[in-house]
This record gives sequence, structure tokens and C-alpha cells, in this order.
Amino acid sequence: MTQWIDACAVEDVEEEDLIRFDHDGRTFAIYRSPDDVFYATDGLCTHEHVHLADGLVMDHIIECPKHNGRFDYRTGEAKGAPACINLKTYPVKVEGDRVLIALA
Amino acid sequence: MSTFEISRGEISSSTSVPRQRDYDLAGADARRAVETGLASAEWYHTDVPRKEMKALMQRSDRAAIRDTVLWLGAMAVFAAGAVFLWPSLWALPLFLAYGVLYGSASDSRWHECGHGTAFKTRWMNDAVYQIASFMIMRNPVTWRWSHARHHTDTIIVGRDPEIAVMRPPDLARLILNLFGIIDVWHALIDMARNASGRLSAAEKDFIPQMEQAKVIRIARIWGAIYAATAAVAIATGSILPFLLVGGPRLYGAWHHVMTGLLQHGGLAEDVTDHRLNSRTVLMNPVSRFIYWNMNYHVEHHMFPMVPYHALPKLHELIKHDLPAPNPSILDGYREMLPAFLRQLRYDDYFIKRALPPTAKPYREEFHAPANPLSAVD
Repeated sequence: MTQWIDACAVEDVEEEDLIRFDHDGRTFAIYRSPDDVFYATDGLCTHEHVHLADGLVMDHIIECPKHNGRFDYRTGEAKGAPACINLKTYPVKVEGDRVLIALA
Repeated sequence: MSTFEISRGEISSSTSVPRQRDYDLAGADARRAVETGLASAEWYHTDVPRKEMKALMQRSDRAAIRDTVLWLGAMAVFAAGAVFLWPSLWALPLFLAYGVLYGSASDSRWHECGHGTAFKTRWMNDAVYQIASFMIMRNPVTWRWSHARHHTDTIIVGRDPEIAVMRPPDLARLILNLFGIIDVWHALIDMARNASGRLSAAEKDFIPQMEQAKVIRIARIWGAIYAATAAVAIATGSILPFLLVGGPRLYGAWHHVMTGLLQHGGLAEDVTDHRLNSRTVLMNPVSRFIYWNMNYHVEHHMFPMVPYHALPKLHELIKHDLPAPNPSILDGYREMLPAFLRQLRYDDYFIKRALPPTAKPYREEFHAPANPLSAVD
């Protein structure tokens, strides 16, 4: 059963940026795209243990701060070396001024 | 065996158990680094507010296009002049200038474009990366993965494949490499091995299998280019083709070796704080153009996503937390060369640079268990 988790406030995330969200021993990244849509992925790069929240969002790409592994945060698709494994993504919805992510 | 450290002239020593270093990526120290948590560890970072870091990380094509046009344009002018004046001695200074732009400036372009931070436009990064990789004779696939490891495990013995000066230092090798002799020899061997369809054990260690075919393809393309250069040289009975292609990696290498040795030379191994194993050196504008601001090396390692053109700003922002930079290349060498000489006798010796009072202290207690030989009483 899908469990919706309150992750942050809308205003916590700037457009074309992301924040880190930790929950139940896991870490996630919450994104706000340039067209003001929210997305969520696992918070760690699939290449190495690095928090994506310190990385750079450009359009719909998140670049890992350590080795520039690139992912499309809408789909989780790895877009270039050294990132070769896709990121896991999570459904997101906005209710009022809160951002919620769905965890299985 | 004694262990020494220096804090800007102050030397102390301690006693520790001797240990033979094993820099092999599949060796004993590689396993030890994994077991002790030194491999893929969390590293120290100076606190920088997200808003400021985001601004510093922003990409721009403008600076990189300007610098690339200047770089390749100057190479074309110097090459044309040198060919026009050949075989007169007047061609010599033009070749020397061309050589430095080919055999040294390519190192920093390879590096920055490998990080993907030079240009905002992706294909421009990739194009300059391929050109620079050819000039510096580093397979663009192999070295992308090698450099990723260098950033994950900077100067961790057995993990970092890009430790330029292993202990005890091989000074003859360093001098020969001022003219690219050792590096080019190994590059040609690697290229021949890869072109024949084989990868070394170390290459297999850090290059994922899905990328290994690309290594071989690039090596074969480069082999064809050098074969064509040789064919033209033979057909014309002149060494001129090799003075323009390949040769500058020898006679123009000195500048990138001179600046590159300063990056980590004589500093600590097996620590997880770039302030202890990297060196920032203030340089003249010409060297900074050739080196693309990699003289801000502590800053680069701490925040590799910051483009080269923003590193001076980053330096100003975090210098309160870093050791004072060496004020010149000469000063850097005055610090580093005596350390190399001392490491010939005491290979546990390293330079530990003093932090300003505004800096967060080094985490001695954190480094000591993982690196018992570098600990100082």
C-alpha cells in the first residue's frame, strides 16, 4: 500500500534546485523543476555514496557534486559516465503548501 | 623509523612502525584502505551556504569559448609561423610556444572538460575533452574513470591511480617527465595494448565493463592518426609532422609537470581532508591561463563542480578555512623539493601546513587510526 510522506514545504525548494530529505533511515532528493513541478529520487548517487543534494540542477538534469554523474530526475535515467545505473524515482504530489512523496 | 611533519618551518618527529607502501590498485594497501574505511570515505568540506555554492557552480560558455579560441588560435598561429620558418632556428621559439600549448595546456583542458564544468553546452565540453585527451595522450575513457577515482580517494595509497609522486620519490622519473619521456612511453604502450583489444588489470579494476569497448576503439583511432603522421614524415623525409603531432607532448610537457607536481607533492597520504593533501599556489596570469586555474587545487578538490573560472571567487570565500596559499610557483618548490629529498631517507615524512586561527582544525583523531604512520606526537 502506498504511503504518502510529508517531505517539505513548497517554499523549501527553489525553482531549478533540490533539497535532501531523510526519512526512516533512508535519504531522498526532492526537486523543483524550472516549470515548477516537484519530483523525488533516491538521495544518493548510484555511482558512489554521495548526496545529490549538494549537486547542480540544470533544467531536468541533476549532476552529482563529486564526479558529475548526470541523471534525468524526472525518470531517474543515468545520462552519462560515471553514472551508469538509473536512480530510483518516487511519485510526488503537492497538497496545499506541502510536498508529499509516495513510498511503497 | 621516524615520522616528521612540518608546519611552515617547525619540524617534529615521532616513532612508528615501518611499512612498505603498496601503490598497486590491487595490492595490500588497496585492501587495507577498504577495510579501514579510507576508501570512498566522507571528506571534510568547508561550510558554504547553498545559495552561494549554487551561484559558484553555474556553468557559462562565455569564458571557456574565449579561452578555447585563444588557445587553439594561438596554436594555429605559432604552428603556421614555425612551419613557415622551418628549418631556420627562428622556428624554435615558435615551436616552444606551440609545444607548451599542445603538451601542457591540453592537460588542464582535458581535466576541466573531463569534469564537464568548462562549458555550459555539453557537446563543447565533450569536443574539447576529446581533442585535449589526444594531445595529452590520455585515453579519454580510461582517464575519465581514473580521475573519478582520484577524486573519490585522493592520495589514498592503493586506491588513487593518479598519485604523481609515490614515496620514496623517484626523482629521475620526475626529471624525465619534464620532457614527457616516461609518460609518453607508458601512453604508447597503453595505446598499443588497448588497440590490440586488451586492458590491464588496473584498467579493468576502475573501468566498468560496459565502457571497456570504447577504450579499445579510441586507441585504434589514435593509432591510425600516429601511423598517418609517420607516413607523412617518411614520405616527406622530414621530422616536421612529429614536431606538430605527438612530439609537443614531449618538448612542451614541462609546464604541466611543473604545475602538476605542486598539486599534492610532499603532502600527506591517507587522509580525508583536502587541506592536508592538496596545495593552492598563487601564480602568474600566463601560467593560470595554461593551467586553467587549477592552482586553486584545495578548492577544486573540495568542490569539483565549481568551474575553473569561478575558482578565484571560491578561494576568496573559503580561504579563512584553508592553509595560506603558496605565494608563487617558486615558493611552492621551496617547500616541496626539500620534502622530496627528505622522503628519500624517511618515506613517512610529509609537510603539514598550518591553518589560520579562523579555520576548523584538522581532525587528528579521525585520521590517526586510519593512518598510524603519519601520526605525530
